[in-house]
Amino acid sequence: MTVSLQWYIGLSVVLFGMGALGLLIRRNVLVMYMCIELMLNAANIAFVAFAEKLNDIGGQAAVFFVLVVAAAEVVVGLGIVVAIFRRRPDTTVDDLHMMKG
Amino acid sequence: MTGFLAIHASAMVATTLPDAIVFAVAALIILAGAVGVIVERNPVHSALGLVIALFGVALIFLLLKDDFLAAVQIIVYAGAIVVLFLFVIMFLGVDKREVIARESLRGQRPLALALVLLAAVGILLLGAGAHYALGASAATGTATNQPGGEVAALGRSIFTTYLLPFEATAALFIIAILGAVVLTKGRGTLSQERREDSPAGDEPDDVSMSDGPGSSEDLDVGAGEQVEGSGSAGEVASVSTSVVRVPGATSQEVEE
Repeated sequence: MTVSLQWYIGLSVVLFGMGALGLLIRRNVLVMYMCIELMLNAANIAFVAFAEKLNDIGGQAAVFFVLVVAAAEVVVGLGIVVAIFRRRPDTTVDDLHMMKG
Repeated sequence: MTGFLAIHASAMVATTLPDAIVFAVAALIILAGAVGVIVERNPVHSALGLVIALFGVALIFLLLKDDFLAAVQIIVYAGAIVVLFLFVIMFLGVDKREVIARESLRGQRPLALALVLLAAVGILLLGAGAHYALGASAATGTATNQPGGEVAALGRSIFTTYLLPFEATAALFIIAILGAVVLTKGRGTLSQERREDSPAGDEPDDVSMSDGPGSSEDLDVGAGEQVEGSGSAGEVASVSTSVVRVPGATSQEVEE
């Protein structure tokens, strides 16, 4: 019984797929952001698994940067959500067509 | 390649049955949390599902002997990002508002499910029988098992090999902070409009006061301003004018 690299990659793929599925079928902006976080974490699992199996610190450095970018993305994204929410009292993305040409 | 793999495998701690159990439990936690994020109607419950999934990911990091990233995962994600999500959800009051049943694009959900399943199965099939580049490319990288432990190796790597991305990260954070401040606070016009709206809501009271029997012309100007500030203008204006000078006066005091 060993946990081989394939299992980690499989878990990563499944988690990424669930995040993508949630991003496609949900309508709430906040829940969509959470699904993006799920996808980022799936990528992190793959990075760390490869870094461990390859004995290479680069994967963990990549995870570090992914964490940083995720934090910045959430800050800006939630700022946009708050700014939009001041204009219209809903966070459903279907109603956000103010930039439609 | 096989020689390197053998050396590498002997260097690593052999994975045993407890590892497999921990992996299964962590995978179950992650998948349960992810399902919770997707299917929960209430965004607060989705955020809690996200916390569960992130803890599972931290468990996976621990299983991969990556203690530092597991700690950072819990602190940054579960401690900061999810709390930010919950703050915004509760601040905006958007819970229990999404109408799942409404589907603006017909057939989008089955199509999304089919596409995601297709992509995932494709990747899994590609990865199942693949020969990962465990040989030559790995030999060129910086090893994780350096003296000083993994945190030292990671720090050394970030401040030497990945110094430029690290600096770019600093710039990114500055931009993100500025963007958040501008987006959320820079709406001076809107908040001023709101501030003008709320006295406008009090104006009917002023109108009723001037329409009142002892019309406000009898009051001196100072009392009128105080009454306006006290917010009980209609009540005060309906009583006799001589007593109204006290702005906080209740009706019983006025009747005396």
